[in-house]
Amino acid sequence: MMSRRNFVIAAGAAALAAALSSGAARAQGTVKVGELNSYKSQPAFLEPYRKGWEMALEEINAKGGVLGRKLEVVSRDDGGNPGDAVRVAEELVSREGASLLAGTFLSHIGLAVTEFSKQKRVFFLAAEPLTDKITWENGNKYTYRLRASTYMQVAMLVPYAVEAKKKRWALVYPNFEYGQSAARWFKEMMKAKMPDVEFVAEQATPLGKVEAGPVVQALADAKVDGIFNVLFGPDLARFVREGTTRGLFKGKTVVSLLSGEPEYLDPLKEDTPAGWIVTGYPWDKINTPEHKAFVSAYQKRYKDYPRLGSLVGYITLQSIAAGIAKAGSADTEKLVSAFANLKVDTPAGPITYRGSDHQSTMGAWVGKTAVEKGKGTMVEIKYIDGASVLPSDAEVRKLRSGE
Amino acid sequence: MSAGLSLIFGVTRIVNMAHGSLYMLGAYIAYTCATKMGGVLGFWGGLVATAAAVALFGTLVEVLLLRRIYHVAELFQLLATFALVLLLSDVVAALWGVEDLLGPRAPGLRGSVEILGRNFPQYDLFLVVLGPVVLGALHLLLTRTRWGTLVRAATQDRDMVAALGVDQAKLFTAVFALGSALAGLGGALETPRQPANLGMDLSALGDAFVVVVVGGMGSIPGAYVAALLIAEIKAICIGLGTQTIAGFAFNFSKLTLVAEFIVMAIVLIARPYGLLGRAQAMPRHTAAIENPIAPAGRGLRLFALAVLIALVCLPFLSRSPYTVVLGSDVLIAVLFAASLHFIAGPGGMHSFGHAAYFGLGCYGAGLLLKLAGLPMVGAIAGAPLVAAAGAALFGWFAVRLSGVYLAMLTLAFAQIVWAVVFQWEALTGGSNGVLGIWPSAPFNKEWVYYLLVLALTIAGVLIMRRMLFAPFGYAMRAGRDSPLRAEASGIAVLKVHWIAFIIAGTLGGLAGALFAFAKGGISPETIHVARSIDGLVMVLLGGIHELAGPLVGAPLFTLLQDSVMRETPYWRGVLGAVILVLVLVFPMGIAGTIAGWAKRSAR
Repeated sequence: MMSRRNFVIAAGAAALAAALSSGAARAQGTVKVGELNSYKSQPAFLEPYRKGWEMALEEINAKGGVLGRKLEVVSRDDGGNPGDAVRVAEELVSREGASLLAGTFLSHIGLAVTEFSKQKRVFFLAAEPLTDKITWENGNKYTYRLRASTYMQVAMLVPYAVEAKKKRWALVYPNFEYGQSAARWFKEMMKAKMPDVEFVAEQATPLGKVEAGPVVQALADAKVDGIFNVLFGPDLARFVREGTTRGLFKGKTVVSLLSGEPEYLDPLKEDTPAGWIVTGYPWDKINTPEHKAFVSAYQKRYKDYPRLGSLVGYITLQSIAAGIAKAGSADTEKLVSAFANLKVDTPAGPITYRGSDHQSTMGAWVGKTAVEKGKGTMVEIKYIDGASVLPSDAEVRKLRSGE
Repeated sequence: MSAGLSLIFGVTRIVNMAHGSLYMLGAYIAYTCATKMGGVLGFWGGLVATAAAVALFGTLVEVLLLRRIYHVAELFQLLATFALVLLLSDVVAALWGVEDLLGPRAPGLRGSVEILGRNFPQYDLFLVVLGPVVLGALHLLLTRTRWGTLVRAATQDRDMVAALGVDQAKLFTAVFALGSALAGLGGALETPRQPANLGMDLSALGDAFVVVVVGGMGSIPGAYVAALLIAEIKAICIGLGTQTIAGFAFNFSKLTLVAEFIVMAIVLIARPYGLLGRAQAMPRHTAAIENPIAPAGRGLRLFALAVLIALVCLPFLSRSPYTVVLGSDVLIAVLFAASLHFIAGPGGMHSFGHAAYFGLGCYGAGLLLKLAGLPMVGAIAGAPLVAAAGAALFGWFAVRLSGVYLAMLTLAFAQIVWAVVFQWEALTGGSNGVLGIWPSAPFNKEWVYYLLVLALTIAGVLIMRRMLFAPFGYAMRAGRDSPLRAEASGIAVLKVHWIAFIIAGTLGGLAGALFAFAKGGISPETIHVARSIDGLVMVLLGGIHELAGPLVGAPLFTLLQDSVMRETPYWRGVLGAVILVLVLVFPMGIAGTIAGWAKRSAR
């Protein structure tokens, strides 16, 4: 019996020692970025994202870092829920001594960290979350956001939907804030451009649990000419397979948010539906020199092609380095003012962090889905600059009433 | 899939959390078979191979892990299988990568058939036929073979079967293997319909539990009927789409979020043993009869005092605000786990939906602050009342049930609360929650807030402890151990348990209110089933039969999760492995096992 008890004590002591020692080893003289994200709960998007920022970090430090110091990223899993995320953010700032925060994927976690940054006065660059609230209703002085928001993504697609001249539309979206606000924006913008448009069916499905058969049947019964889809991930795959088998998409215009992103398109392979109008990231067809350089560096480094997550991760760290360089310091207040109207040259082209609502003008690629060599891809692609779809500074000021 | 879980559930009474993971494993193995070998053999042969492989895996799990812990408390297997869920999700991610994998269509059944002017996928029709075939085969197996007779006998009365000289261990292994095979087959059959992905385990697990419970535990036809019923109701909700009722446009498709849990709540209230289930025979002895709880000895009291002093001094010893932030989280977890333990341990009511009261407290505090304009202290005082009201309502129904049915009814209520909060965008902020809930001065300093949390947690824990040593606590335990005798000696068991349920809900709500102010905001995740499970894990880890259980389990689990998450990207797998080791080393929970040692060395 003694031996077992000793074993337990020894194991406990070892665990304690490991926990204590981790904080002790701290590199000196670096600029620390605290990064947090839902790596475990959203791995399909965030593993490429991690590779993206790791590559950017190596490149930045190979060129001597920022302000003569090396950049260091302390990365943490946020546990996939806002409660843990706020604790992790606190840990990064006060225990690890991070000068600023970056990351997050899910909207509600992004918002929780946005709120944290306001309360604790810490600079926060939201990388992925799409909710409009981060830069508008809940926007604050300390938070900037990189990716094109839900509003922007919808605004990029609406002109194509109007052009299709279809009157009867159905909407299908995952039943949480992202899906709801995408549906709301789509209806508003379509009504503004086409007053006689009708929305005859609306399916709000539980995230990750779409009952594809009945949903497809309900849309088919509604006899619509156009479908606006917001489903993504496993839901999208189920919807596409069921819809194709039951012939739902024949002769209809389908406009679909984010479906052209490799994270969601690639699993479909030869099942990729042809002719959907989507926003996405056709990495192999973007022929600008800066993007080609990014792709070849990425493929050399990882023996794998970049996903959208890789690009976002890469630009996130690029932006941080550029911001710190412009501020001349990693001090919060200086960083906040430096990010206003900060220009960054990225693989996606030049972007600006708007001073009015702290949203970057990083855009997205719009095109049509197609199957090439048994794989899903996009054709007729066009890069739409985020600046062209964002509301004016005056309108934004009204939206940022909380400030 | 559900038939498999029902079988395992009914016979071995194991709450197999890992069943969803077996299903996920099945989908991934089938994907590999279908794409690597390809063609007809790869797909159809793959189905058989998958079922066999998952059955083998299930057997290994049963023999190596579960067999070691059959003798301890029933719910303890939950902890072991929960650890497996964490472990398997990382193993699958390491083996197959993180991208969703959509399998090929079933060879021979690619197209669709036109029936009544609508297109039905051939594969769906195949599944429609396959369901009853598997059901029939299982039925024959259970009613026409000697083995089936034994299994049914074990479902009814385990001890009698053992007394008649049947090797229970082998029987359980076989049942577990069969259940696993069905889970694997279920996962494999899904590959042409949805991609194999890392979220499958948990989403499938929830569905399967609901189906099993609605159908009646151990009843395979019941599981089939329940699955059909739920699918039909969802299809009707989807088919109705947006309807205008009395001038209000209502989108019925939104109901699919919670349809199965509404069905479950209604069925359990109307038919406490599920649609086709029968009342369970009382297990003769699920765990050794406990000694009456004893007040802490002098040594333990001194130790508790020392811990308390250390906790009070914590903010003055550590310079980093993170220490007190983590400390607050730990204390809130302690209060939450202790309130769950109050009904689950001495009350014998294993609530699977305790997060409902945590969440109600959380939202109560947030909304009282934001909408009613109460000051922070008022919000923290008012929030537990909101939770108490919820507990009073749900508890009234829940205390009428027992065992797994009670657990599932509490889960259903929690999910309904979750769905309401999730949908009610105008009041609760929907999926994003409500932001800007920060403590006001003087509590806006982390260490002051920590001391507030500490004071309230200690008060809460001491109140519950006092109650357990009062006649009320004895009445509660009498009601747990022998409801009939307790009733006969004049104790209104239902009433006592109901009051206990409300008290636990109130203190759970207090924990929730403290959580809201610690995080600066609230979101539906505070009510999510994951939090309920975390609470149970904390209680079980500490030891469900010891008063100190949650006081040990909650800090251990929280600190473990915090440090493992920091150290490794594979934190789920590591956490799972650590819990597995703890389960095997401390089969009665940590506090329980240590108390056992102490008793033995005193003798």
